[in-house]
Amino acid sequence: MIWTAAASAAVLAAFLSSLVEAVEALTIVLSVATVRGWRAAGLGAFAGLISLALIVVLLGPLLDQVPVHALQLVIGVLLLLFGMRWLRKAILRAAGVIPLHDEAAVFATETAALRQHTQRLDWLAGIASYKAVLLEGLEVVFVVIAVGAGRGLIVPASIGALAACALVAVVGFAVHRPLARVPENTLKFAVGVMLSAFGVFWTGEGLGVAWPGADLAIAAFAALFLLVATLAVVALKHRTAAAP
Amino acid sequence: MKVLLDLFIDDGMLAIAIIAVIALAAIVAAFVPGMTAGYVLLAGSLFALFANVMARDA
Repeated sequence: MIWTAAASAAVLAAFLSSLVEAVEALTIVLSVATVRGWRAAGLGAFAGLISLALIVVLLGPLLDQVPVHALQLVIGVLLLLFGMRWLRKAILRAAGVIPLHDEAAVFATETAALRQHTQRLDWLAGIASYKAVLLEGLEVVFVVIAVGAGRGLIVPASIGALAACALVAVVGFAVHRPLARVPENTLKFAVGVMLSAFGVFWTGEGLGVAWPGADLAIAAFAALFLLVATLAVVALKHRTAAAP
Repeated sequence: MKVLLDLFIDDGMLAIAIIAVIALAAIVAAFVPGMTAGYVLLAGSLFALFANVMARDA
């Protein structure tokens, strides 16, 4: 496989978005482990990983059966929805319109909720851990498929995602507390920009548009999304400051 | 199903705007050759994002 600008962008997009998802999953697993110990948290997380692996193994080969233009269009539309959803929230958070996501607060809420249920605690704890790993993992799988499947970039995207998950797991289990210092909104801002750029690119390719510069067009789209998002943050901050 | 939908849709108006832009680009692609559909898609997506966040109450 020739290493291209698109492959590098796929690695980076998958790495950054997986970093955010892995931090969110780790926060829940750590809160379960804090209340009920590592057995329930570990079993739930392990079951979540097995479910994810089954989904990938069962559905992965189906991707080869779909015509490439249809695949690009479907993935492009989903990427636009997914990426612009992240970017919208990151803009609103950066402008102070909605509060920042606080992993320490999520950790406190999850542990308090688990402590309220002294009965059935093992089950609840295991299921909480399972759900966190499965749902956040599904987002990682989607990003890997989305940035990788259109042009045979599954391997670089998977490398980026696995590196991020391994990094978060190693650091998280070493410090034994939520990774609250990860600049989550900055990451979400960057990932939202990149996924939206990929979304426009794949959707256009799916519609038969021959983008000038081929893969390099993704970088130009990312620059435009970054510019518009930054302008939106500045405008929203200005409006908030001017409000009585 | 709702959990899966939530992965892609957070704000309904933004999702509708994105789908509308893609539909418009698809129509343009069907009738106008060249890059026009691409420009509609790119400019429409950027405008939909900017308009959505600016429409949000402070």
